[in-house]
Amino acid sequence: MIDSLLSGISGLLLGLGCFFMLTGAIGVLRFPDFYTRMHAAGVTDTLATFLIITGLMLTAGWSLALFKLGLILLFIFFTSPTASHALARSAQHCELKLPEQSSASDPRSPTSTESPPPPAMPTETITTLERD
Amino acid sequence: MELLLDIALLALLLITAISIAGIKDLLAAAMLAGIYGLLSAGFFMTMGAVDVAFTEAAVGAGISPLLIVLTLALCGRQQRGDRQRAMLALFLVLPVGALLIVATHDMPAFGAADAPAQMHVAPHYIQQSMAEIGIPNIVTSVLASYRGYDTFGEVVVIFTAGLGVLSLLMRSQGIDEPTVEPAPNAQSRDIVLRVIAKVLIAPIMLYALYVQFHGEYGPGGGFQAGVIFAVGFILYGLVFGLDAVRRVASHGLVQFLSAVGVLIYGSVGLLSLASGKSFLDYSALASNPVSGQHIGIIAIELGVGITVAAVMIMIFYLFAAQLRLQPRGPSLTPDHQGTDAGTAHLASQQQGAG
Amino acid sequence: MTAMLTATLIALLVVMALALARALLGPTIHDRILAVNMFGTKTVLLIAVICFTLGKPEFLDIALVYALINFVSVIGILRYFEFRSASAASESTAEVSNSND
Repeated sequence: MIDSLLSGISGLLLGLGCFFMLTGAIGVLRFPDFYTRMHAAGVTDTLATFLIITGLMLTAGWSLALFKLGLILLFIFFTSPTASHALARSAQHCELKLPEQSSASDPRSPTSTESPPPPAMPTETITTLERD
Repeated sequence: MELLLDIALLALLLITAISIAGIKDLLAAAMLAGIYGLLSAGFFMTMGAVDVAFTEAAVGAGISPLLIVLTLALCGRQQRGDRQRAMLALFLVLPVGALLIVATHDMPAFGAADAPAQMHVAPHYIQQSMAEIGIPNIVTSVLASYRGYDTFGEVVVIFTAGLGVLSLLMRSQGIDEPTVEPAPNAQSRDIVLRVIAKVLIAPIMLYALYVQFHGEYGPGGGFQAGVIFAVGFILYGLVFGLDAVRRVASHGLVQFLSAVGVLIYGSVGLLSLASGKSFLDYSALASNPVSGQHIGIIAIELGVGITVAAVMIMIFYLFAAQLRLQPRGPSLTPDHQGTDAGTAHLASQQQGAG
Repeated sequence: MTAMLTATLIALLVVMALALARALLGPTIHDRILAVNMFGTKTVLLIAVICFTLGKPEFLDIALVYALINFVSVIGILRYFEFRSASAASESTAEVSNSND
């Protein structure tokens, strides 16, 4: 009885995880510019991973596989948001702009080789941001 | 189900490969190369080659794009197109490729049980490995014991690659100097990154040790463990700066260790010779041949792990030190005015790179 | 249960294909890096699910390795951009100071 309950919950978790994954991927494809895409990717990545791995953990039973899945969960929990954060910061460094309201289709996005060097003291700007 | 998986992975692989060839932005190509490594790892897993998938995930998707990005920081991001040579290369590659595809018709079917490769040595390995060597992972027993000479060659190849990079990039005045300009190689100003890196580095190293010693019972072994260990150091170097990581493992130590690994491997072989058996015959290492095999395999895997880790760390040091010597990257113009020391360095770099 | 695992597998392949599409399309380099990061996390899940469908949980080590190594390349990219903007900044301040001399 408990087995079927466990596998039912696990199936539910897997299904939810798939749903979030798919919506996240569609969001990454359809959203208009980088920062909104990052919302889609960052949030749904971690959440879907959490759900799917928890679903797998429920089917694993008490074994080494459970422990390894727990470790994977822990590491993804740490690294996936950090990667999103690092990416957002590097986009800020490169001064990736939001698209203008008038031209909603083309995001104006200077790459690092094209951006003009920051006019005032850049170190000041960065430390100000860090203190916020 | 497996067919679907294989077809999907191969289709994605093909699309990625074509786009890597076509894209002009080299940084994007490096990222796509990371995806290619991941797809390859998944594909190897579905084919059942787990050790290879392990190594591909660690090297092809972790270290390789990183080293390419480091190189791009020195060289520049855009690819210079060259139409004529591309045409010539195409006329050369297409007939050779077609000939190769025609030649595969003569080869036995993929995975056929009566192929010559499966008939002679492979059944011996599969049936006798547990009795002769006594470890569950047949891949490790083939790699380390039955084909030990080959693995010795591989370790020496890795060591030679490290030597090659060292001889090309080592400059006697550049490597051991204290930092002249702290800005490009200073630690990351991002506090989140620093905290997370500190949290993750210890588990990465522990995991490397686990993979090293667990390689006899599951996927793993010296090569994978060495790469993972090096990734720990590289993470520390990326986040906290080259000087911090060089205080932990100095350049001289890393050079020394890369040779020590090969030495350990060779010494095990010589020890077997000295006991009267052939080179790398581990049964000479203990009274019981099976425990001799165990000892031999542990020793050589240790040697492999040490060399691989040391060479990877050394390559990272050399690449990152190049970034320091050439602080302004490829966007500088030849008549750029810098400080005196900077100009001397830059002039020599320009002439060297030109 | 296996039906659910198969469905997850198919969903994972679809998501990987979509992420690859973004990596190919992305007008800026950051879009591509985002797609690669997403692809990496999905590969961890793919390997974990394959392990369970094949019934061999000892292969989870690969997923663990990839979960650890995945973000090192993203960090490398971040440092690349920090390095480029820092060197561009020092270039401009050096130019300013040299033109002032």
